[in-house]
Amino acid sequence: MWQYTEKVYEYFKNPKNVGEIENPDAVGEIGSIVCGDALKLTLRIDKATEKIMDAKFKTFGCASAIASSSALTEMVKGRTLDEAAKITNQDIAEFLGGLPSEKMHCSVMGMEALEAAIKNYRGGKAEKVIIGENERVVCKCFNVTESVILKAIKVNKLRTVEEVTNFTKAGGGCRQCLGEIDKLIKDYWDQEEHRDFSRMTVVEKIKHIEKVLSEDVNPKLKRDGGWIELIDLEGPKVKLRFLGMCHGCPSSGATLKNVVEKELKEKVDPSLIIEAE
Amino acid sequence: MTDKVHYLDNNATTRVAPEVEEAMKPFFGELYGNPSSMHFFGGTNQKYLDRARESVARLLGAGPEEILFTSCGTESDSTAIWSALRAFPEKKHLVTTKVEHPAVLNLCKYLETQGYRVTYLGVDAEGRLSLDELKAALAPDTAIVSVMWANNETGVVFPVEDAARIAHSRGALFHTDAVQAVGKVPINLAESKIDMLSLSGHKLHAPKGIGALYIKKGTRFSPFLMGGHQERGRRAGTENVPYIVALGRAAELALEKMGEENGRVKALRDRLEQGLLKAVKNARVNGGGADRLPNTSHIGFEYVEGESILIMLSEKGICASSGSACTSGSLEPSHVMMSMGVPQTYAHGTIRFSLSVYSTDEDVDAVLREVPPVIERLREISPFADGKPLFGMDACEPHKH
Repeated sequence: MWQYTEKVYEYFKNPKNVGEIENPDAVGEIGSIVCGDALKLTLRIDKATEKIMDAKFKTFGCASAIASSSALTEMVKGRTLDEAAKITNQDIAEFLGGLPSEKMHCSVMGMEALEAAIKNYRGGKAEKVIIGENERVVCKCFNVTESVILKAIKVNKLRTVEEVTNFTKAGGGCRQCLGEIDKLIKDYWDQEEHRDFSRMTVVEKIKHIEKVLSEDVNPKLKRDGGWIELIDLEGPKVKLRFLGMCHGCPSSGATLKNVVEKELKEKVDPSLIIEAE
Repeated sequence: MTDKVHYLDNNATTRVAPEVEEAMKPFFGELYGNPSSMHFFGGTNQKYLDRARESVARLLGAGPEEILFTSCGTESDSTAIWSALRAFPEKKHLVTTKVEHPAVLNLCKYLETQGYRVTYLGVDAEGRLSLDELKAALAPDTAIVSVMWANNETGVVFPVEDAARIAHSRGALFHTDAVQAVGKVPINLAESKIDMLSLSGHKLHAPKGIGALYIKKGTRFSPFLMGGHQERGRRAGTENVPYIVALGRAAELALEKMGEENGRVKALRDRLEQGLLKAVKNARVNGGGADRLPNTSHIGFEYVEGESILIMLSEKGICASSGSACTSGSLEPSHVMMSMGVPQTYAHGTIRFSLSVYSTDEDVDAVLREVPPVIERLREISPFADGKPLFGMDACEPHKH
């Protein structure tokens, strides 16, 4: 038996805003009957202010799916589209006093329906927007795309495959994509953690700078017969030395600014101060 | 929540019969002895074990020496299958069905990782097994065929006696997981070719934590639990005397009530089922065209989801269960419905009502009163309905599992 909060029960038993707005300004449809849950969100939007004047939902799914959908409609009413776009699945879950971890995908479905509805409105209602269309599908059982998984990892700070399944349903069917999900998680966090230069150890910092020098800087310099090497690191100060044809070259100052500094600031940390002998 | 409980989930577990509760009580008190002891105090308990064994044997039409007490149905299943594989170490093939209980299915999946080949027999749209498919599946090195007597979700009964004959004709042992069938349909193993049969106490009004395995006399056997001499060396571990006594008493009651189960209980089930089909549009009985247990009804309601139905019914004191994804923690409909090819619009909204001899007309009245408005309410919330396009279908491309 799931441990639902009182608020989930309340929003399940007496859901607010059930129905469909006639001639809506925006529609978001997510999920399918095959996937086990589906949500159709319809919005009335004031053209001048882009404020959501009314929101209604129809949901096929479990108690937490119905409660999450109803919660979403309550949360978006009165907000502008820009404000509403900032609502995450965490916000929906918090509104309900929390959801069991296995049911977090219900809140994600709400977030996706809202995203689809906003895209539908901004796209001039030309055609129905399918989130993730033309994107790579990772989980074929539940049609979950890479971008949906990456967004869930980012918003909810997910670290395990099980968590990703709880939040997106990806991997919950035939389980063939578990390895792929695992790789997405690892790659995401590898990248995230490397980005934070200030939290690296001195050795990590040096290795990272040398990697950028050898992969992104020196191949360019070598075309002119020169290269650059790291001499020292003092806080944000990176001390380098030009060698080969670059050593003493009149245009080495420009190279330092346009190539070396640009690459290091972009790929290592924007706060670096670059100096060269 | 209402005060009155309408318990219609007897395939999940049953209430302990008051007579059973009474029978086991002394063994928590003054009769605590170990039946293996040489002194009068413990040794006396042996006779209660013997009596229980006779009662279970009588329910199955077997001899008492053919009954082994275990801790649960799962242990019985594991014991039977491992025993066959150890008894015939040169045989590397097993046959079972796609709709078995996980107690058998997950063991078979594990065995596949250990160098065994497993053939999983399919079922038709009504959940029926094809004996021709079984014949074709058997190989010279098939060690054991394990086919459930009755399915826990749909209640569909398999022709296990015929299946056992076919297995024997190719030199394979035959085991049946009869956890759902024992006590609900007459069983006479003396007349059958079935080599091993699993049963579970808590499905027939004994407590949880006791099961039994029938092993036909003369069948090669290798124990699962090794240690002491209990159960004539076939299942080590000090006997769970109170629970064995309870199972014996429950078996006696089941035999007495077999007529009621197939008469009054079946009539209640039929009234519930027909009543719901009449009151709710777009409802279907899964396995309705097959031979079924008298107590089980598996009904799918189109365009609504099972967990939502169960929670709303629970508010009204009605306890049932669902093969839908959300309730089990898995995300897909049950393997049984997938194997039967139950239409997707129904599969997620399927509810199992399972009755017992304690079920009453009042319980059925409650279901017929409460279920139709619950389905109607959930259909108002659902974006899907008859004649409306199903969105998202193109996204869920079918692919091989």
